[in-house]
Amino acid sequence: MTGVSDDVREFVSQQYQYGFSTDLDTDVVPKGLNEDVIRLISAKKHEPDWLLEWRLRAYRYWITLEEPHWQNVHYGPIDYQDIIYYAAPKPKPELASLDEVDPELRTMFDKLGISLAEQERLSGVAVDAIVDSVSVATTFKQKLADVGVIFCSFSEAVQNHPELVRPYLGSVVPYRDNYFATLNSAVFTDGSFCFIPKGVHCPMELSTYFRINAADTGQFERTLIVAEEGADVSYLEGCTAPMRDNNQLHAAVVELVALEGARIKYSTVQNWYPGDAEGRGGIYNFVTKRGKCAGANSRISWTQVETGSAITWKYPGVILQGDNSVGEFYSVALTANHQQADTGTKMIHIGKNTHSTIVSKAISAGHGQNTYRGLVKTLRSAEGARNHTRCDSLLLGSDSGAHTFPYIEVKHPSAQVEHEASTSKISEDQLFYCRQRGISEEDAVSMIVNGFCREVFKELPMEFAVEAQRLLSVSLEGSVG
Amino acid sequence: MTTVTPTATTAPTATVAELLSHLRFPTSGPGPAWLTQARHRSAEWATMRGFPTLKDEDWRYTRLGPLLDVPFERAEAGADHRISSSTIEALTIDAESTRLVFINGFFAPELSSMTEVPDGVTVTNLASVLAEGGAGLEPFFSHPFGEHDHAFTALNTCLFEDGAFIHLPAGSLVTAPIELVFLSEAQGSPVVSNPHSLILAGPGSRVAVIETYAGNTGAITCTNTVTQVVLEEGAQVEHYKVQDEPDTGFHLALLDVRQGPESRFSSGSVALGSKIARNEVRVRLEGEGAEAAIDSLYLPCADQHHDNPILIEHAAPRCTSRQLYKGIADERGHGVFNGRIIVWPGAQGTDASQTNKNLLLSDHAEIDTRPRLEIFTDDVKCTHGAAVGALDEEALFYLRSRGVPHEAARALLTYAFAREVLDLIPSESLRTHVDTLVADQLLTDHDATGARSDE
Repeated sequence: MTGVSDDVREFVSQQYQYGFSTDLDTDVVPKGLNEDVIRLISAKKHEPDWLLEWRLRAYRYWITLEEPHWQNVHYGPIDYQDIIYYAAPKPKPELASLDEVDPELRTMFDKLGISLAEQERLSGVAVDAIVDSVSVATTFKQKLADVGVIFCSFSEAVQNHPELVRPYLGSVVPYRDNYFATLNSAVFTDGSFCFIPKGVHCPMELSTYFRINAADTGQFERTLIVAEEGADVSYLEGCTAPMRDNNQLHAAVVELVALEGARIKYSTVQNWYPGDAEGRGGIYNFVTKRGKCAGANSRISWTQVETGSAITWKYPGVILQGDNSVGEFYSVALTANHQQADTGTKMIHIGKNTHSTIVSKAISAGHGQNTYRGLVKTLRSAEGARNHTRCDSLLLGSDSGAHTFPYIEVKHPSAQVEHEASTSKISEDQLFYCRQRGISEEDAVSMIVNGFCREVFKELPMEFAVEAQRLLSVSLEGSVG
Repeated sequence: MTTVTPTATTAPTATVAELLSHLRFPTSGPGPAWLTQARHRSAEWATMRGFPTLKDEDWRYTRLGPLLDVPFERAEAGADHRISSSTIEALTIDAESTRLVFINGFFAPELSSMTEVPDGVTVTNLASVLAEGGAGLEPFFSHPFGEHDHAFTALNTCLFEDGAFIHLPAGSLVTAPIELVFLSEAQGSPVVSNPHSLILAGPGSRVAVIETYAGNTGAITCTNTVTQVVLEEGAQVEHYKVQDEPDTGFHLALLDVRQGPESRFSSGSVALGSKIARNEVRVRLEGEGAEAAIDSLYLPCADQHHDNPILIEHAAPRCTSRQLYKGIADERGHGVFNGRIIVWPGAQGTDASQTNKNLLLSDHAEIDTRPRLEIFTDDVKCTHGAAVGALDEEALFYLRSRGVPHEAARALLTYAFAREVLDLIPSESLRTHVDTLVADQLLTDHDATGARSDE
């Protein structure tokens, strides 16, 4: 296996494929953060007073907080006054069709392989494309409107459906939740809003494409998905970002609310700029994602494939409040070069007979450090709660690291909580078996890693499963060890 | 990148300083000058660090309020104790064995019994060794404080009076287990004792040590004990611990083990007593091919709190470690498992496993478990598993359908759960002794009002 280290080096030196930036005429608020900036953001977005008040409350609370440092990742200090908190492409006249979308923007999406036109015609997926925090094109709106589904940018929702936004905003992730969620509550610029009314099965997969474009722009998205009684929705989120040398902070918040019998499936493929081979640059992805199974028999499922970002730090969680509700978390996290990930989930069992499943697959290559951190908590009320957690780590290369920090807190004797985990390097036997049958080392590794992640990939919607597998194979080219 | 989770620096608190002055630190006791220096350095460090709080990761499930609120006094040397030799005999596993008895951290020679030990082997009290200068012992007391240390280990260095000292030269074998009995006895007011023991096993030597902690019922005492074990190449040490202090007392323990190449260390412990007990184990595998096996059984019931932090560091290639921790929480008992395995860069060929299983028997009991793995190299095999659950309904039904009364069936299944750990004890006399204690604890209804889940 002498070629191994060379292969790893080759893998490590791979260039980020999506590293380009498009010159868009952007409308930028000066750097820095104070109450005036928040008022300015709010004014630019013509927000109602209650929202401005909410932002200001969050900001006033945020300045009393200290940035947390307990996580198992390392990065330089972030200068919050050196961030541009608002950047939007210059407003364009109302668009009647996709042809009116900025051609430059269209080219950018084409480079990413997400041509809107193609998407609209072929894939049957409605895309709420977000460039620099403001939604510029939304498709299939009419089709969704016919069944009563509201899928629009957050700003539009605030303008058009304040009665739906206001009761749910901050109901799952309150503005005092944590440092980054509080910051987001103060300065969030846009995001997606999705509302599925009672008994409606959303006719298509909803998807949003995040993109960080203007340099030095932190992105503060806020997504809110509400599924009423018996509603059903599958939501996809995916992202790539252009190559930049200075670190970019991304502190998004995602809130999911599932009422009685509702189902929400939230899938993410995250492939932001991970920094160069020496660990310079790359995105800081500090996201708060949480769902609440508010009603009985509801179900929330998180699936994530995390291959990008210099630092990934997020714990998509589910509050299992309704009786018989179900929470699921499926994750694949790949860290290569100097990438770091501290990710996992929180399952809070409150209702009776609540069930949760956690499957986490971590792959560390190069100097990558991968941490699973999860909390399973059953309260005294959670009679018959059940959890099964499985987290496996695969190590490729002697400088990589894999860490597991589960927290299990059980307060009801009828609860059953199980956790199992393993860490090992890629199996020599399996590699040998494949090589013996004429499969190249690279293909063998890719095959074994894809097999290792299969349990998670099969949870992804089909379009994403293909993308995720391709992503992983590309990321692992030449990586054997 | 070798640093792990950074510990937040705790703001200096006055409480440690207050406690130290309340306990009349510094006392000008006999002992070498380096020890006095080490005690002062520890006091400074502990004062700076402050007592752990729930915000410290390793203490997040252990509320120290009930302990810190007690106005403890320092135990008096030579105070009249009311411990009779029959009490000691009841705690002794083998009447023929070498036995060192400590009362409130002071050596009690009249209760101890020294049998013949092989040439060159030293089994005595630490104070007597320190009184003669304690040559070569300085590193055990003046090592720098690290990330894993806390105020209590530092306070032990500041305040310890005595403890056991066991030294085995190369190749020596001690066949019968050496018993160390630590008794705490309230002397009118609540007392705190700080025993400190050293077990130094030279190359190829072999010994078994049993530590027993007990006290008189109803006494408010705090035992803050530290045992350091060093195994040189090929040494084999078996360590057992029975913690059966009164339910009104507090028990804070650290077992600190360093292992050389090809050494074997095993530890079996049973926690039955104390209001708040924290049984910390740290094992550092420093030599290639070392093996460690740590087993523990904790049975918190009534209002007891049992915290079990364990840290195993794989710092050399080809080492093996295994942990089996089982907990049974009844009534309002609170059991905590806080396991951590760190595989440092360069520790290739590591094989580590960690298992924690818990039974939750009452609506008001709580189990928190955190099996953690931190791995910084690739050629490893590490697994961990944790489970929390109730008694198997089907097994209960099976027994009841064959005429076994409900309570008896429950007791039988609970005992069977505990037996897995007890069966790992090789010495029959010790196993029988511990078995009796465990069976007693499981069958006694400590709290008649405690709600049982399925009644």
